[in-house]
Amino acid sequence: MIRFLLVCILSIFVAQNVYAADSFLGIPRFKGVAPVKSSLYQANCAECHFAYFPGLLPARSWKALMHPKSLEDHFGENAEMDERDRRMILDFLVNNAADDSYYKRSIKIRRSIPDNARPLRITQVPYIKRKHSEIPNRLIRGNPKVRSLSNCLNCHTQAAEKGVFDDDTVFIKGYGEWDD
Amino acid sequence: MVKYMSRLLLICMCCFAMTQVASANVLPQVMDDFMAQGAHEGDADAGKALWVKKFYVEGKARSCQTCHTADLTRYGAHARTGKEIEPMAPSVNSMRFNEAKKIHKWLRRNCKWVMGRECSIQEKVDILLFLQKQ
Repeated sequence: MIRFLLVCILSIFVAQNVYAADSFLGIPRFKGVAPVKSSLYQANCAECHFAYFPGLLPARSWKALMHPKSLEDHFGENAEMDERDRRMILDFLVNNAADDSYYKRSIKIRRSIPDNARPLRITQVPYIKRKHSEIPNRLIRGNPKVRSLSNCLNCHTQAAEKGVFDDDTVFIKGYGEWDD
Repeated sequence: MVKYMSRLLLICMCCFAMTQVASANVLPQVMDDFMAQGAHEGDADAGKALWVKKFYVEGKARSCQTCHTADLTRYGAHARTGKEIEPMAPSVNSMRFNEAKKIHKWLRRNCKWVMGRECSIQEKVDILLFLQKQ
């Protein structure tokens, strides 16, 4: 019985570690946003832009973005997709959205958004806006190597793999490391 | 151990076989399907004419070349996000045209972006034939 319990505890610990993707001395850390991936999401969305992690927006935002009508005019682009794919991607986004996440950044994101707000752009999330407010425009929009705040990966060097957005992992191309 | 290794080898071989199937060029099949729906034999010159034709949306010229550039053997870039687009020419990019669903999806999205409407099945056959020859 004791052995059984030990195995149970150990397996939970191991599973958490694998899921957290980031750990310190074997203790799982949930400091960024969940670095979850979906091949269907990649195939339909990452052809044009970074496949933004679901934990960067609340479910209500993803639902609005993924509505068939809004995909027809996706920030000026046509992003229509197969209906089955659309439903599966929406499920993936909603299931991993910021609402129920225990990752630090997702929690801060959801807390910063008023209940009656439904941001459609990650760059309009109050927390994200605040965190980037000190960076002068010339380093983002005026910087041909960055172009827009929406190009997360141009500066967040560990975002794609780990979902980590800490400022000590930021490198602004054409400028250098950012320290605030 | 030997049994385990041979099983692993078998799995690897199956995976390899699957990627081979997946990377087969499906253009002839897709064009045949369009013809079964009523399109005529493709015309590569008509496809090329449509590919380079400029359409004016909100006062700005758009064409297929806006993103894919004038040289189909080179990388293009997404007009808005700047994300790179792999070469369209199957002669330099064997990963092109290996999935029917992807072809349909992008014909739909991009015809609407460039022309403001969906392409007719005849226009699709023409464009695909033009691209197949690159």
